[in-house]
Formats: sequence, C-alpha cells, structure tokens
Amino acid sequence: MPTSIETETATASETEALGAQLARQLGPGDIVLVSGELGAGKTTFVRGACRALGVEGAVTSPTFTIARRYEGRMPVSHLDLYRLGDLRDEDPALLADELAADRVAFVEWPEIGAPAGLERERIAARVRLEHRGGDRRRVRIER
Amino acid sequence: MSLILALETSCDDTCAAVVGGDGELRSNVISSQGVHDAYGGVVPEIASRHHLELVNAVVDDALRRADATLDEIGLVAVTQGPGLVGALLVGVATAKGLAAARGLPLAAVDHLQGHVAASFLRGVGSHPPAEPIMEPPFVCLIASGGHTLLAHVERHDGFDVLGRTLDDAAGEAFDKGARLLGLPFPGGPALERLARDGDPAAFAFPVARGLAGLDLSFAGVKTSLLYRVRELGEDATRARAADLAASYQRAIVEALAARCEQALEQTGLARLAIGGGVAANGPLRERLGALGVTVGIPPRELCTDNAAMIASAARYVPAQPFPDYLALDAYASGERALA
Repeated sequence: MPTSIETETATASETEALGAQLARQLGPGDIVLVSGELGAGKTTFVRGACRALGVEGAVTSPTFTIARRYEGRMPVSHLDLYRLGDLRDEDPALLADELAADRVAFVEWPEIGAPAGLERERIAARVRLEHRGGDRRRVRIER
Repeated sequence: MSLILALETSCDDTCAAVVGGDGELRSNVISSQGVHDAYGGVVPEIASRHHLELVNAVVDDALRRADATLDEIGLVAVTQGPGLVGALLVGVATAKGLAAARGLPLAAVDHLQGHVAASFLRGVGSHPPAEPIMEPPFVCLIASGGHTLLAHVERHDGFDVLGRTLDDAAGEAFDKGARLLGLPFPGGPALERLARDGDPAAFAFPVARGLAGLDLSFAGVKTSLLYRVRELGEDATRARAADLAASYQRAIVEALAARCEQALEQTGLARLAIGGGVAANGPLRERLGALGVTVGIPPRELCTDNAAMIASAARYVPAQPFPDYLALDAYASGERALA
C-alpha cells in the first residue's frame, strides 16, 4: 500500500531535513521524483537527501547541465528535465546511464516526461513541494 | 610553433577552435544548436545526437577559419567535465580519434579552468597579439547558466575557489526570472533588454545575506520575484514588467558585484576578470567597471561556452602521449579547483 505523509516546513533547513529522512530509506536503483514550481525547494530537498547519502560537495541546480552526478555512499544522479520541455523527440538513451540500477536518482520536473530507464516499479517516492509564503513549504511524500 | 585544436561539448553547443602554442586565437567556432526559439524555449534533443551530427563539420570549419590543416596541429585538447556525460563523451571520443589517428598527444581540460583561461588568450578584439586579456594573479568571476563561482587565479594551471553558488547559477536566475515575467526561455538577454525601460529601484528583491565567506545564493531572489508576480497578478505584472526586470537584474548584479569586491579585498588584488554567459550582461559589466580595479572582460564569444578557452587552458595541462588517453573518461560533476 502506498503511504503518503504531508507536512509543512518553515525553513530551507527543515526541507533539507525531510530529504535526509527520506534518503535514509533509499538504496541503489531507487528513483525519487521531486515536483514543485519554480523556487518551491526541489533542489533544497535533494540537497538534504544527498547529504544523508554521504555526498559532501556542492549540490546545486542541474537545470543547465540536465544531470549532475555525485559520489556518496553510493553513486547519486541529480536530474532536471526543466529544459527538455518534451521528451518525444529525445534520444531515448540520453539519460539511461543516469538511471542505472547501481545509483540513486532524483528527478526534478518529472512531469515533463519519463526518459528511458525511468521504470515505474523503481520509483521509490514522489515528492511534491508547494509554496506557503516566505520560506514555508508544504511537502507531500508518497511512497 | 605547432597549433592546438580543441573541442568543447559539455552542454548545448558544439565548439571547436584553433589556438597557437603562444595562446594566439586563430579560430573559434560555436555551433549554437539554434533550437531554443524554434521550439518555444525548450531544448529537445539535448546534446549527444546534435553534437554527433555537428562535430565533424565544426572541426573542419575551425581548421578552415584558422587557415590550418591537421598537419599543423601538435596537440588535441578536449573538455573532460563537468557537464552532461553523454554530451561530453562526443567531444572526448572525437578528440581521441583525431589525436590517435595522427599519434598526437591529448590534453584533458576542466571546463571551469577553461573559463578562467579564456583570459590568457592573445590576439583577441582590441588586444594586440602580444597581450593576453589578463595574466595571473587575478580574481575571476565565472557566471553562466550552469556555474557561478569566484576563483583566485595565481597561476596558469589552476585556481582556488573563493566562493560559489549554493543553489542556482546566476545565469539560471536570469533565465528563470525571465520566464516568470513571461519571456521565452532562455530569457537572460531578453530580461536585460526589458530592464532598460524599467526602474531598478522600483522593487526591493532580497540579495542573499548571512552566507558564509564568499558563497552566493540565487534561489531566494528567484522565489521573491515569484511571490511579487503573484501579488501583482497578471495585468499589473505585465504593466510593470520592465520595473520588475530592472529591479530583479539589479539584485543579481549587486550580489555578484559585492562578492567580487569582497574577493578583491580578501586577496589584496586589484585585477578582476569575468567569464561565462552572464559576463555579457551590460549592467554587470558597467557595475564591475566602476569598482576602480583593472577589469578584463573577454568578448562575448569567449565568455559563453567555447573551445578556444579549452585550447588556452590546454597549454598548461600535462598532455597525455598516445595511446595513454584512449581510456580517458568524462566526468559529470565537481567544480573542482585544479590544485
């Protein structure tokens, strides 16, 4: 049975802490979809998760590069489909390596489409962040 | 003196360039994939396939414009990372092939080091061939869509990171701000044009405060623009778009300028270079020009992603002899200082 938790955070570090909490239950092959509009805190959430996975360096927005990779206790991919707009004409193998079974992958802007390798059964969680004014965010995590 | 042929395919553009062993710019070809407008602000078929289709033509063009042949090339250089791995690999594989076919050495270059090394090029614009845009030591601001950092450049073959963005890059802040104002993505240049008719003091957008050292943050200013746009509603946002653009731009420019000033103070240097696509922003150039220090700004085509900067950096990277580089791989992340 899918479970869903919904909570509100007052600061970016609380949002990071939620990401960290989720990450402790993740393993290689897991994919986490992170939705929310501009500035909702998607990268912030992923940063918290990455820290809990042992990633030490900068975890910044991958909008321009489409995918960043980090080394933590396991390899981590951080994807952002924002610039893709549409995957219909995309090279199907474009992001397959980023979604390989040996890594944890976080995907921002997943509503753009599902690149090859993003198999439903590997989606470990769907996270949705919403603005609540100022630094407050509503965070819903479905697992 | 033999020539350097460089390739750069870390993001959207397929780039090749020829640079002399003394750093003289001979050619610099940037094949903007040109799909942004056609697809309403998105970039389908990112990278790999486009790079693959274009790379040979771009290399040929770079050689032709340099009036050179492969016989005159003594070193092949290529961006190894960071970037999108699939895209990088097109450049890496092509560079390996070109170098191996002629038994040439190959230099693997870091993209960020490339942006720094753009300032070492000679024979650029109004600069006479004998004079590079800037030589170490200097502070270098690299601000683009994918990266924003301040580098302390004390030598030709590396730099120390003084500070970097903790979330969005400055160019990304421009582009996403532009989209919030209804401009097509990527909208940095369009936002700058719109801002010309606006009042930069009309709205107050918070520039991140309380960040340690020389780090930067642009996620907050983006969110505050979103909130302001929501408060105003569609009609008022449209009516005041120029004021919003001008105020938002000022917030970003001020944040970058403040950090540059602090970096200069901290290092005791009075020499600043800038690189990355955001270096093309007029108000940023003006603001930095008014800091009262020597400012080196490469022309636009050497600020945005290009291969000439990779060739420039390659002069100071230990070249790998054939066939040592055949196993060379690309890397995705790590705005690493080449210490």
